[in-house]
Amino acid sequence: MTGRKNYLLSTLAVLLSGVVFLVPFAFIVLTAMKTRQDAAELRFSWPHQFQFVQNLVDVVQARDYMLIIAFINSTILTVASVTIMVVLAAMVAFVLQRRQSRWNGLITFLVLSGLIIPPAVVPTIWVLQRLGLFRTMPGLILVEVAFGMSFCVLLFRAFIATIPRELDEAAIIDGAGPLRLFFRVIFPLLRSVVVTAVVVQSVTVWNDFVNPLYFLPGDQNATVQLTLYNFSSQYNTQFNLLFTNILLITIPPLLMFLVFNRQIVAGMTAGAVKG
Amino acid sequence: MRFRSLPLALLAATTLALSACSAGSLGSSDDEGGKVELSFLVDNSDSSLKPVEQVAKDFSAKNPGITVKVETRPGGTEGDNIIKTRLSTGDMTDVFLYNSGSLFQAIAPQQNLVPLSDQPYAGQLDDNFKSTVTAGDQLYGVPLGGVTGGAVLYNKKVFADLGLKVPATWAEFMANNAKIKAAGVAPVIQTFGDTWTSQLFVLGDFHNVSAADPQFAANYTANKVKFASTPAAVAGFQHQQEVHDAGYLNKDFASAKLDDGLKQLAQGKGAQYPMLTFAVGGMVANFPESAKDVGLFALPGADAAKNGLTVWSPAGIYIPKSTEGAELEAAKKLLAYIASPDGCASQAAAYAPSGPFLVKGCTLPADVPQAIKDMQPYIDTPGKSSLALEFLSPVKGPSLEQITVEVGSGIRRAPAGAALYDEDVKKQAQQLGLEGW
Amino acid sequence: MATSARSPYSNWFYLPAAVIYGILFAVPTFASFFFSLTRWSIFDWKFIGFDNFVTFFREPALVKGLTNTLIYALVTSGLKVVLGLLLALLLTSQIAGRGYLRSVVFFPVLVSTIGVGLTFTVLMNPDQGLINDALGVLGIDGPGWLTDPQYALLSVALVDVWKGVGLATVIYIAGIVSIPAEYFEAARMDGAGAWDNFRRIVLPLARPATVTVIILSLIGGLRSFDLIWAMTRGGPGFTSDVIASVIYKQYQAGFYGLSTAGNVVLFLVVTAIVLPLSRFLNRKEVEL
Repeated sequence: MTGRKNYLLSTLAVLLSGVVFLVPFAFIVLTAMKTRQDAAELRFSWPHQFQFVQNLVDVVQARDYMLIIAFINSTILTVASVTIMVVLAAMVAFVLQRRQSRWNGLITFLVLSGLIIPPAVVPTIWVLQRLGLFRTMPGLILVEVAFGMSFCVLLFRAFIATIPRELDEAAIIDGAGPLRLFFRVIFPLLRSVVVTAVVVQSVTVWNDFVNPLYFLPGDQNATVQLTLYNFSSQYNTQFNLLFTNILLITIPPLLMFLVFNRQIVAGMTAGAVKG
Repeated sequence: MRFRSLPLALLAATTLALSACSAGSLGSSDDEGGKVELSFLVDNSDSSLKPVEQVAKDFSAKNPGITVKVETRPGGTEGDNIIKTRLSTGDMTDVFLYNSGSLFQAIAPQQNLVPLSDQPYAGQLDDNFKSTVTAGDQLYGVPLGGVTGGAVLYNKKVFADLGLKVPATWAEFMANNAKIKAAGVAPVIQTFGDTWTSQLFVLGDFHNVSAADPQFAANYTANKVKFASTPAAVAGFQHQQEVHDAGYLNKDFASAKLDDGLKQLAQGKGAQYPMLTFAVGGMVANFPESAKDVGLFALPGADAAKNGLTVWSPAGIYIPKSTEGAELEAAKKLLAYIASPDGCASQAAAYAPSGPFLVKGCTLPADVPQAIKDMQPYIDTPGKSSLALEFLSPVKGPSLEQITVEVGSGIRRAPAGAALYDEDVKKQAQQLGLEGW
Repeated sequence: MATSARSPYSNWFYLPAAVIYGILFAVPTFASFFFSLTRWSIFDWKFIGFDNFVTFFREPALVKGLTNTLIYALVTSGLKVVLGLLLALLLTSQIAGRGYLRSVVFFPVLVSTIGVGLTFTVLMNPDQGLINDALGVLGIDGPGWLTDPQYALLSVALVDVWKGVGLATVIYIAGIVSIPAEYFEAARMDGAGAWDNFRRIVLPLARPATVTVIILSLIGGLRSFDLIWAMTRGGPGFTSDVIASVIYKQYQAGFYGLSTAGNVVLFLVVTAIVLPLSRFLNRKEVEL
């Protein structure tokens, strides 16, 4: 490729992405700056008067600072469940990919089932109640882990296949046991895909509102998606506050992505597996 | 490198998770000796939340030992499921708000709720309301707010400018529409962006159906009559099709939402809007002048002499069986307060009521919007109002709103719509295990 | 590979995951399969055999829902695979503004479905939405994207692609990045062009990524529900109903047994499509 072509392509890509991806965001931001009447028009327009700060204050203070509580809860939920999910799924994927056995078909089927079958709400609550975990954060964390594991297993398995077995064998000859082999040799090599899984699942858990609604009910347990209901009901919606809220709860995943995005890029320049 | 210290991170995350049981209590929910805290679950619409919050405040002021903590849930059917799930798992708040009528029957009241027939205020409640929160022979709830009318809200200014009279029959209604359209105003507002609003032509017409056939509701429950084969009942679907076919709807009927509809009505861009009166409070809050500019008349039917208003019973406030001890005593006190003139005044102060109260001794404040005032003559005249079908029969299909959207946008014809609805209710009746289905 | 207990790939690795998954997912799922044979009002249940399945297949909206589901799944997963690969190639090549582009493409993944649904419902408004305003400037009279039965489903599918293509792209990028640089160096020695690189190296070696994207987006598409629900609720009327939204509406109406039966049907349909496909795609080992 010549430099000029490349430059043309870049310009085109930047322009196109701006229209396709940034305009909807601009709409969210603009609406978040409007007054209630102005926002209710739902037009893509410059605000008649800016009241962004007021909207921010309103959103944060709504329902007795529910948003702050929700941020704390969601952060705990996301960090804990994604960490557990990623590690356990990587272990499963590793053995599943490396070890040929009769059970592999069944395990693959179970993994896919986890993606296909929608969770059964009421029986899950019964199970949680029996375990004494209903309405508790650990209970919800385990639920998120159970529902999110399949995705990670599928993702990791694909990438473990690209790691040459010679590496395992070298490590085994050096006397590494299964745990050390996995955590010291394989897991670091999965970095770029682990980052992908972490980002995607964090977003999923962060943006999940169905599970918290059922398994961790109560206002003191609110998670961020539930705060959206403060400004949007069946009959009446305060769009300026709603979009301010959307904006606020999108910031943490955004920051996380920007941080991890570097990681993916770093993975590129370092070059991947030295076979 | 982050992943080097992974086991450590794991450990940290786990301990964090285990200590998170107490997360989210920013030090405000501790039990102090002798204090009772009641939790109260309501849906998040202004018309429920505002009066409940006001009542909670005023009640706590009168009873210093009791605090009421209001929790919210989404409205609509999503809320139905939360209510059912929490009741079935014994995890309901101390007090909760939920619909009366057929939806109330679906939460197995005898199994899940505390009976209230022995309470002193039981005799103070309107009999019609009592019938909608009674199961077996026990009363289970007290009303929040007043009745809600399902009728046509109309812009009085537009009517005055064009010299129109309030119609008492469908023919007069359509004649008015022709004149309104000629004047460049949308005669009938429809807002399918909120699908539930499309049901008014059918549901709000029920007084006219039962005036033509007083036995309709009973026979309907027994599977002896059908919408599609009863001319008076099919009329609602036909009316909806007629206004669409005649081009009498607002241009953006397919995407507009309730708020847009109320705005068009208040600003006179649309003349008439079939709607439930609980929406009046929100409209008046946004457009103060609509308090006097917008009036109400019942959905017109075939016979002017029998025309009347279809009303919805207020939602009930109930106590689940999982509430016990001091909380139960406090909850009963709270319900007694809500079903008293003080409680009514407290609710009315927070949000414009949707219609007359159903507790003896409660009166509407003098400054209620015109549309609410217009309900009074219908309610005061015997035979001029009747409860909506869902309060007289437990059979209500879940897909009516999709069907009325299709009929009202010309996707499906009225007779086919009515027949599809008859098919739709079958599942509900079977679910309830009713005789004859 | 030896399957003795001394294998370096210990079966103990399955245990923690299996316990959590088994207790919190498998057990409730089996319980719910039982309830699909009952008339279940959440408060009590009555065994009725296969009546729910009969009722489910008689559901008027079902045929429409089934066709819509297939259309939706094919459109969304097809576009995600193709666009995802193209974007990933673009974003792993040496173009200016790469970091910015990567972030921008992935942004939509970060916003909650509710937020996306709301925003696009507004932008697609037939009379005052930005999209039709923009078309109006060009002299085109835009349709009612979400209110016209002809367009509603496809409009939602396009938004789904908009929201999901970032994920497909990232999976592809991770796949392309993990290709050892030696291959490209060797190819450069041989004087291979960009096209050769793509065909001989990227495509075969990014195969696991391709398989993952196809499987994930197909399952997602067949099960898709939340975005459709947020934007059209299956409307106008029943015109953009998919199986998942038909089931959800039954669930909402309190027909718990019926909707679980629907879930069993959906599970069988998706499995019948995905399992053979996954077998087929995973069978072919990468040959170098």
